[in-house]
Amino acid sequence: MSTETTTLTKQDALFEYLVRLADDRLILGHRLSEWCGHGPILEEDIALANISLDYIGHAASLYEYAVEVEDKGRHRDNLVYFRNDVEYKNLKITELPKGDFGFTIARQFLFAGFSYFLYKQLSDVEDEQFAGMAQKHLKEVKYHLRHSREWVLRLGDGTDESHERIQNSFNDIWTYVGELFHQDEIEELLQGEKLAADSENFKSDWKELVVDTLEEATLEVPDFDQFMVEGSRDGLHTEHLGHLLAEMQHLRRSYPDADWE
Amino acid sequence: MRYPSRSRLSTHDPNLKENMSEKNDTESKDIQWPLWEVFTQPRDGKPHEHAGSLHAPDAEMALENARDVYARRKEAVNIWVVPSDQIVASKGEDAGPFFDPADDKPYRHPQFYSVPRASKRRS
Repeated sequence: MSTETTTLTKQDALFEYLVRLADDRLILGHRLSEWCGHGPILEEDIALANISLDYIGHAASLYEYAVEVEDKGRHRDNLVYFRNDVEYKNLKITELPKGDFGFTIARQFLFAGFSYFLYKQLSDVEDEQFAGMAQKHLKEVKYHLRHSREWVLRLGDGTDESHERIQNSFNDIWTYVGELFHQDEIEELLQGEKLAADSENFKSDWKELVVDTLEEATLEVPDFDQFMVEGSRDGLHTEHLGHLLAEMQHLRRSYPDADWE
Repeated sequence: MRYPSRSRLSTHDPNLKENMSEKNDTESKDIQWPLWEVFTQPRDGKPHEHAGSLHAPDAEMALENARDVYARRKEAVNIWVVPSDQIVASKGEDAGPFFDPADDKPYRHPQFYSVPRASKRRS
């Protein structure tokens, strides 16, 4: 029996990092896809489905690169359809039920703002393929941010009802935003290799974006120092993820050898 | 990016209400947001072409909706949105005086002019 402790290799860390990023986008994209056919108006229905597809597309290319880095001949679909909830590493903020339109917009805004700064940093990582992917995704993220920010302004500064609903949404979701900035040994190892973003560097920019937008939307900014949930990156989730995965995975698991042909 | 002021955004905006109730009172029971016409430019240097219409509460949202509805598959490099009620169109009864006189004036068409061979070859 070996007495060596398992050391985290750069390869392991990059695989894990890519899967974390991909899981966030897949789960959020899936949640957003639940609006398809249920949008408040036709135009917004199309917009939400469109953004959902962007997220799923980002996830697909991140998973693709992850299995390439892993180098075990695994297909990306294997990560998507054959992992259980505890193996998923997405942040809890992405798996919460879609709620009303205000809740969806509040989450999209907070996450798109975070993604915007994250991808700006990832565009400069010292890995051509990863950086190229980030640069491509950043263009779409800019649009996601613009779309959700404009809606925050209109719902916050709209009618009494829209104001109240989106204010409640921000209050309810707030306990989940702290985790956006969670970093552990995975990020630290990769930051040393210039292969990961350091969210500490853009935390104040993100806060400024959020505060400015909420204030412009005549909304109150909840307390950043309140209790924040954690543990998502270790596979701790809300009860909602299991239901989401059941729906997303059941067909693939029922017919594991099924083919499009 | 600039945003309309609170009064412009609010659905309590008297202008918007007026707009909507006006529509309600007339032909349709349309209680949706105001209608916009969308024009997309397929490539640099090409003219903007009418792509269709959509509903939106204001210009910025009209532009975003237009992007999602009419330009999400690389159809355009630029978009115009125009409030539909700002479009002045000729009426059905104008058709006679406007267009019929052209019927018997074939000489107004350029095909009777011979085109120099040199310029033909170039095109």
